[in-house]
Amino acid sequence: MPPHLLLATAAILPFLGSALAICLPAGARNAATLLAGIVMLASLTCIGLLYPGADRVPVVWAMDWLPTLGVRFVLRLDGLAWLFAVLILGIGALVVLYARYYMAAADPVPRLFCYFLAFVGAMLGIVLAGNLIQLVMFWELTSIVSFLLIGYWFDNASARDGARMALTITAAGGLCLLVGLVLIGSIVGSSDLSVVLASGDTIRNSPLYLPALVLVLVGALTKSAQFPFHIWLPRAMAAPTPISAYLHSATMVKAGIFLMIRFWPVLAGTESWYWIVGTAGMATMLIGAWSAIFQHDLKGLLAYSTISHLGLITLLLGLDSALAVVAAIFHTVNHAIFKASLFMAAGIIDHETGTRDLRRLSGLWRAMPYTATLAMVAAAAMAGVPLLNGFLSKEMFLSEAADNAGDHLLNLALPVLATLASAFTVLYSLRFIRQTFFGPAPRDLPQAPHEPVRWMRIPIELLVLACIAIGLVPNLTIGPVLAGAARAVLGPRTPDYDLAIWHGFNAPLAMSVLALAGGVGLYVAFGRRINTNPRGGPWLMDRLDGGWLFERAMTGLVQGARGLEGRLGSERLQAQLRAIYLAALAAAVAAGAARGLDLFLPGHVTEFDPAFALMWLVGAACAVGAAERAKYHRLSAAILVGGAGLVSSLTFLWLSAPDLAVTQILVEIVTTVLLLLGLRWLPKRDQAIPAPAAEQARARRRRFIDLCIAAFAGFGLAGLAYAVMTRPAVDGIARWFVEEAYPQAGGRNVVNVLLVDFRAFDTLGEICVLGIVGLTVFALLRRFRPASDSLGRPKQQVSHDAYDDARAGRSLGDTAADALLVPRVVMTWLFPFIVLLALHLFLRGHDLPGGGFAAGIALTVAFMLQYMARGAQWVEARLRIQPITWIGVGLLVAVLAGAGSWLFGRPFLTASFTYWELPLLGKVPVASALVFDLGIMVLVVGASALMLVALAHQSLRRVRSAEAEAERAVETESA
Amino acid sequence: MEVVLSLGIGVFAAAGVWLMLRPRTFQVVLGLALLSYAVNLFIFAMGRLTVGAPPVLGAGAEVVSVDDPVPQALVLTALVIGFALTALFLVVLLAARGITGSDHVDGREPHQAEPHPGNPKP
Repeated sequence: MPPHLLLATAAILPFLGSALAICLPAGARNAATLLAGIVMLASLTCIGLLYPGADRVPVVWAMDWLPTLGVRFVLRLDGLAWLFAVLILGIGALVVLYARYYMAAADPVPRLFCYFLAFVGAMLGIVLAGNLIQLVMFWELTSIVSFLLIGYWFDNASARDGARMALTITAAGGLCLLVGLVLIGSIVGSSDLSVVLASGDTIRNSPLYLPALVLVLVGALTKSAQFPFHIWLPRAMAAPTPISAYLHSATMVKAGIFLMIRFWPVLAGTESWYWIVGTAGMATMLIGAWSAIFQHDLKGLLAYSTISHLGLITLLLGLDSALAVVAAIFHTVNHAIFKASLFMAAGIIDHETGTRDLRRLSGLWRAMPYTATLAMVAAAAMAGVPLLNGFLSKEMFLSEAADNAGDHLLNLALPVLATLASAFTVLYSLRFIRQTFFGPAPRDLPQAPHEPVRWMRIPIELLVLACIAIGLVPNLTIGPVLAGAARAVLGPRTPDYDLAIWHGFNAPLAMSVLALAGGVGLYVAFGRRINTNPRGGPWLMDRLDGGWLFERAMTGLVQGARGLEGRLGSERLQAQLRAIYLAALAAAVAAGAARGLDLFLPGHVTEFDPAFALMWLVGAACAVGAAERAKYHRLSAAILVGGAGLVSSLTFLWLSAPDLAVTQILVEIVTTVLLLLGLRWLPKRDQAIPAPAAEQARARRRRFIDLCIAAFAGFGLAGLAYAVMTRPAVDGIARWFVEEAYPQAGGRNVVNVLLVDFRAFDTLGEICVLGIVGLTVFALLRRFRPASDSLGRPKQQVSHDAYDDARAGRSLGDTAADALLVPRVVMTWLFPFIVLLALHLFLRGHDLPGGGFAAGIALTVAFMLQYMARGAQWVEARLRIQPITWIGVGLLVAVLAGAGSWLFGRPFLTASFTYWELPLLGKVPVASALVFDLGIMVLVVGASALMLVALAHQSLRRVRSAEAEAERAVETESA
Repeated sequence: MEVVLSLGIGVFAAAGVWLMLRPRTFQVVLGLALLSYAVNLFIFAMGRLTVGAPPVLGAGAEVVSVDDPVPQALVLTALVIGFALTALFLVVLLAARGITGSDHVDGREPHQAEPHPGNPKP
């Protein structure tokens, strides 16, 4: 395989594996492990095959991603990326094996491996990113997936809290990073990593350097758990131990380190970098080490030790020295190796004894000598004991600390503090080993301790072997890889260095010896008091709990928001609507005032027609009347609203919009019927009920305010409408539509051509909405539960029945059957004529006013009239209307009409037309848009009929349930 | 004509806004209907007023000066959607009235301190 394909394969395999893993059944522990193992090894092989060469010339694979923004998706493997990729995949493969034996059979292991593989993919995405935007994307992905991993046991409250805190802090940092990298991209003019890495001077000299630097560092420091963002890391220990071993050794926290190393050549070398990174690193190293000493929880100790080591690496990167960068990379590798093995050892101890409490553990050497030996070697590496890998990088760190002393205030303290932190490291490593493995035999542990299964130890054995191999023969093992990584970062600035174990008697050696001796001495002096320290909080700092402060801040935020909502918000609709109207009015006034809106320019005016004015006098009266009567006289209000609709329909007709006029008047009919159907279910409203005086005064005041708002809105809209209408028309797109309607679409009715041809996609969306609303109405009414006071029979029916009862020779229901006899006959016979009218409206729609919308509503009116004339039962016994099918068919026809153009290789909804020679009629244009219009018509019939029929059926349902009730009553009586 | 139509739009809008601020659901439905008339007419008026020149071309399909078809097409779909909106709101109000027993927009009468048991506080 060519190198770039190997690279792409390695990057994509984990995501594929993740998708596969979630498809496995929840109990498939072995299958999931096998899948994850194969994926890790395959990716590792791909990366491994790229080794000779990638450390000299980066392997690049690229494809277009966001071409309009000039952003490409680039995978770029250089020496540094290679080293990190191998760490991620190598330790990842060991964690897979370990997790198989750590996780219980009851745990849903495939889910764990799904997250795990996604996490591996995201980490690889970060280290292989050849583009800034892509880097941030994978960065945020690691935050999200780590949230899922930490919260894997989501029934555990501390896992949820830990996951949430990690996500809050790291994802917020990721957002800062995004802004920072976008700033860098804008400084350089490209988001390509190779270009950015070559523009160090441009970036450092830019005025945007400082904001970019701070933002990028916030991202890196949150991810790497640097003070004061370190609080999330100890709480992330709620994750399963294999995950902790992975997140806190080779990945996640190392992403921040990787970022700082990656951008060291372009961002470092300034005062601000030195102060921010150096101070953060120093503080984190000391606080982490100090806190680690006092932990009683094994994993807690390792967590704080991780924080401390990350601080050490950060501090190294903060020093303006190429050699320090080499030391940082070296210590990153070493820390990953020994910390992963220590976490795994802690997991074994937890797994086999049932506790991680250092005060309860004791003398495990007897029960698990093998594990104890491995843990001791790893802990010694952590403490920096010679002949192990930790010693080499710590030696480099101490030598850097000694060499950089002097220039700055921080540097003066550097050697002292470095030695102190090293002594602390020795102290907690020693405490870990001494408390766990030595001392008297353990008593009352939850489980009798014993060695774990063979396979569970193998990952630790391999890691410890690496510790020793690197420690003994660094030049043969890590040397070339480290050199490649350093060259990728530093280029020509790569310093000469020597990885030998023995450098002679010098300052670093003296500091190392001092640290070792000091650590042991401190343990001897204070070990007992530390172990009996009741709360496990570090001395001097036990009052300062960052996690608690964080939780307090979050709770305060939520409470503050809730308080603000309670103070400013309202649950009452009227208050909300009033606020919306006032805000809209204020915005309009502000906009008008800012632009100097002149409403009354002398301009184009159409000739005044008194008849038009008279018509609108009626319209205005209708509207005002409806507003006044809507509360106590609903029927007349509904009719008055219909009158207002009629006036607006006539206005359309008057002002050259026949299509609108036809549609409006038809819509008006169905809306009125709908309102009348609804009236039956509303409560009686009695004007005579007196309200308390205070209440009345309040209501009056509220009404007055509303009246002002309404008047203001009305005048505003009127003024605005007048202002626009009197200004000369803008020559917009209208002319094109008018000119092209016939040549391009074969239609003379421009409005209809617009709807079914030029803007057919909009129309498709609109009929979808219509269908959805129809179905929603139907769904809402299926569960309809009328209020108890509207369950009784209507007044009119009661009086009819009383009349029938009182007179001999009349049976119940006769009067109701006689009502409206003549109109009923007329309505029944109107049916074919209205259907014909609908058909007529539909067929002429392309050339003359009409079209699918109008035809559909006309057809609904035809059906509706039958319901009104004969009642639902009579109609449905004779006429089967299935409105839902109509909706489906209509939508299908419309979509198929649009898709038909694909057959001719044209885009969706491209209409075509031709002329057919028909007998009698002659040459007629036939457009495919007509089929689309047919779909519209069918859907409109379906949706509007569905709404009306569903509402009309509510009265029937009541009758039916009353009948069933009566039958039941008869049955119980007879029984 | 412009004066008449703009005043008419204003009256419709004012009546609609007033009704939408009322406490009873039926008032709000009618208010919504009136306000949508006003807005439809307003959008339609954006194409300026023309008398006797509908955007329907003659038999020869020769291009003549006609009314702007774009606002008309916008309003035509708005009319049908407006009907659907009225229907939906009507049904919602009926369902709310059935569940809460009140036709107040908040689902409970103003002097009633606690919400109806059928309408738990979110």
